[in-house]
Parts: sequence; structure tokens; C-alpha cells
Amino acid sequence: MNLRKYLAFGTAIAMLAGTAALAGCSTEETTETTEEVTTEEVAELEGSITVQGSDTLLNVATAWSEAFMDENPGVDISVQGGGSGTGIAALINGTADFANASRGIKDEEITEAEANGVEPVEHKVAIDGIAVVVNPASEVEELTMEQLGAIFRGEITNWSEVGGADAAIVLLSRDSSSGTYEYFKEEVVAAENEDAEYAASAKLLPSNQAIADEVAANEAGIGYIGLGYLTDDVKVVAIDGVKASVETATDGSYPISRFLYMYSNGEVDGVMKAYLDWILGDEGQQLVEDEGFVPLP
Amino acid sequence: MRGLIYACGWLAIIILGAIAAFLIHNSVRAIQEAGIGTMLSTTAWYPTSSPGKFGLLPLIVGSLYVTGVALLVSVPVGVGAAVFISEFSGRRVKDVMKTIIEFMAAVPSVVYGLIGVAVLIPLVKDIFALDSGMTALTGGVVLGIMSIPTVITISEDALHAVPADLRRGSAALGNTRWQTTYKVTLPAAGSGIFAASMLGLGRAIGETMAVLMLTGNAAVMPASVLESVRTMTGTIAAEMGEVVQGGLHYSVLFAVGLVLFIITFAINLAADLVLERQRKRWRR
Repeated sequence: MNLRKYLAFGTAIAMLAGTAALAGCSTEETTETTEEVTTEEVAELEGSITVQGSDTLLNVATAWSEAFMDENPGVDISVQGGGSGTGIAALINGTADFANASRGIKDEEITEAEANGVEPVEHKVAIDGIAVVVNPASEVEELTMEQLGAIFRGEITNWSEVGGADAAIVLLSRDSSSGTYEYFKEEVVAAENEDAEYAASAKLLPSNQAIADEVAANEAGIGYIGLGYLTDDVKVVAIDGVKASVETATDGSYPISRFLYMYSNGEVDGVMKAYLDWILGDEGQQLVEDEGFVPLP
Repeated sequence: MRGLIYACGWLAIIILGAIAAFLIHNSVRAIQEAGIGTMLSTTAWYPTSSPGKFGLLPLIVGSLYVTGVALLVSVPVGVGAAVFISEFSGRRVKDVMKTIIEFMAAVPSVVYGLIGVAVLIPLVKDIFALDSGMTALTGGVVLGIMSIPTVITISEDALHAVPADLRRGSAALGNTRWQTTYKVTLPAAGSGIFAASMLGLGRAIGETMAVLMLTGNAAVMPASVLESVRTMTGTIAAEMGEVVQGGLHYSVLFAVGLVLFIITFAINLAADLVLERQRKRWRR
């Protein structure tokens, strides 16, 4: 009797999945119609743009699209997250007009794009400053890049080795798929030796917020988070004597900051160009700052 | 109409087959390039290094640790609650309990995860005097709590299905209600309770969001449940969004899914075999 119940339930789920798949097909069809509209140059901006990609950029990308649509009622912009890889794949498949990425496009992806007749063009849209944070109760105020690298490689394991209390260091990192993880690895962990890895004991947390929360709760914790996630519950550690802030990231004196990108297929024109110019203009860059990133200089 | 019902039945099998074929198809590149032997025998998981290191062992062990803890929580509590509801509670208490349990099952896993982050992580850290409360134990306990409703509901069904004659017969032999429960009713419902535990296990090993939030996700070979672990489900969820689609890392994640699929399939198959053997024994 029970088995039959499960079978019935299974079929119900399968049917639901079927309808969901059908719905998926129909949305793909609608996005394909966008390009015809975007090529027309009209005085009153009209058209629709599909943006997909990086979760780091998701908040600011949503803010951009909302503000831009307010000013240009004829324009329809849809923004989706999913990750840099997802966004670039969508650009290559032609289901997105812009791919948001928190990392540069990889050679493998360029090859695949060219095979599909897509020519990815890179646009820098903002700067992300990455602050190194510890618990406010920690005595450590400053680290050198070498010390920071050694800590995240697992070579320095006790806070007393860098002027703190005698306690084991709890390493908190972004997940290995995050663009921030790769950036931090290149600039800090493997700065001197390309083959160096993060310590295996580093806890990999799914978001900036998760790291901020754990550092705020754990006196032995150290982690790295985007400037937008800084609160009074965590303490910023100066790196080589410079504290992370919008000012130090803009003037280049803070060593750990990176660009965030949008990719398009070929050079942009029409409504896409208008949108990109607006993002790079004063209003767009003001939103960058409001969302906790650093505007382009 | 009859044809439609038949088709629906077959559909489930076809879907399962299609899932397996899809996983295998996408894993081929990983199996060829990263090597299935290397993946299953090495312990370094650095998928984004160049070249990537794809040691699945810490992920498999991590999943098993978390699931083991979850079973230790969900089975005793779930079966105990089912016995209480089925054998010892009055009708009104029973109705209230069942409603609450159904509600428990409807709470989204991310909410359990949030509660775990706020309550259990600091608690585990303090109780065991650890550096960090993000451990296999933390994730396992929350998963255990999440799978309790499954265990209760199915165990209670099994206990309910035990014929009243058995209970009356036991009472006629002078057994108390409590003696009847553990000498007669529980053994009679044994196979159903076993099935309940297995379904609870299935829920726990496949859960993603809560473990991602609670276990710390460090890909180490854990020496005890008080260390951080990275599970297979958590790895797939965390990394799929950022990989190069169609690349080696992408394919390795499908291989992880395939391993997970094989493990759950094996558990279910083993459970079915045990149930079948037990049924035969009862028939004699």
C-alpha cells in the first residue's frame, strides 16, 4: 500500500518537473528576441537587456537595473545571479546580453566562446576592496603581506606568533568557487610560490556575510570580506600598514583590491551601450559606492 | 486510463535511468582526465588550482560523518516519538502531535541552517571548548532534527499497521502495555521502522543548504566529528555556479554527483534486501 503511495507521489513530482522544463523552454525563447530591438537607435530608449552572473555583483547590478529602468521606462532589464561561470556560459550560449563576473574570463571560456561565434569584450565596472578582518577582542592590529600569506597557508597557526594571544588561528575563507577566493589566493596565499595552497583546515564559507558573522562570534577567527560587508562587529587589520577603505582602495595604496567586470558579445551599441555608459557614469558609480564597492577612479 | 497509469509507473524508472545516464555522460571527462582511481584515493581537494587537485575522499568521508551523526539523532528520537504517539498517547494528543510534526517537515532547510548558525555553532564551541563550532557534529545534529519528521511519520505508520490482535494477545498473557510495546509491537513493526530509518538517512545525506551553513566546509580528512568537514552535496552546490561549464572541474562535480547517486542507490538497495529477507522470515 505504502509503495503505491510513493509511486503516485513520484509521478506527481515527475509531472511537475515536466511542466517546469516546459516553462524553462518558453523563457529561453523570449530572450532570443532581444537583439532585434537593441540594434535600433532611437531617441527614446527602448529594448530589453538580460544580465546574468556573479553573485558578488548581484546587489549592485540589481540596483543599477532598477535605477536605469526608472529613468527609461521603455527599457526592460532582467538581472540574475548564479555565479560568474554561469553568467559567462549564458553569454556564450546567447541567453544573456551581459555576463557579470567577479573574475577575468578564463582561456578555456574564450576558446569555447570563439567556437560558438561569440567574441567576449571585457568592461571594468567597479573595484572590490577586500578587507582582512578579525574579532574586535583580538590584540592584532597589523599584519604584513608575508604574515598574512603564511597564516592562510597554515604555516603560522597560533596568534602569539604575530603578536596576539596564545590561541590557535581559525582560518575563514570564501568557498573555492568564489572569484574572491581565487583572487586572494593569487595575491596573498600563492604570491611568492605559484604552487602554494590554502591550508586544508581553512573553513570555506558560502558568503561574505557568513565570514563576517563567524569572525564577530569567534575570538580566534580571521577572514577576508568585501568592503561592503564591514560592520562594527569586526575589526579591520592593516596590511603592510594600510587599512582597507574606499579611499585606500581608490588611490591604490591598499594592496588587496580587484576589478569587477561585465562581458558583452562584441562591442556594445544601442540600448546596451547606453546602459553601460550610464553604469560607468556618475549615477552608476554612485550606486557602486552605495553598495559597498569602490567606484572606478 | 489504464495505459496512462502504466505509463506513469514506467516514467519513474525512465527518469531514474535518464538521471544516471546524464550523470555518467557528464562525468566521462573527469573519469578520463582526472582518473577515477586518483579521485577516489587522494585527499587533496583544490579544484581551482592549476592543475586542479580532485581528491574526493575528504568529501565522501565528510558526508558519511555528518549522515552518521544525523542517524544517531533522528532514529532514537524519531522511533521514540512514534512509539509514544502510536501506543501511549490519547487521540487528542496524537492529533496535535501529528500536526506539529507535519509543520516541522514543512520548515525550509535554510531556516534550520539559520537557527543552527545562531544557536548550535556557539553552543558546540563552548561545550567542547573548540576553536570553532563549525563541525560535522553541528551539521549532523541539525540534519538529524530535520529528518526526525520522516522517521516519525513512517515508523508511526508501521506501528499503526501492527494488528490489534497481537497487542490483545500479549495483554491476555499478562504483559503490561510497556512490555507489549517492546516485546511485541516494536519487533512486529521492525521492517517498517528500518525503512523509516533508511528514508531518514536518505533525507540527511542529500541535504545541502544546512550543511553548507554549518559544517565549515574545510576539505580535510576529519579525525573526529568535532572537526570541520566538506560534504559532497555542499561541494556541488557551492562550486557549480562558478565553474567553466563543460570544463574539467564541471565534469568532476558531476562525478561527485555520480558517487552520491551510487551511495544512495546502494543504501536503498541494501535496505530493500534486508526488508525482503525479513519478510521471508516472517512468512515462515
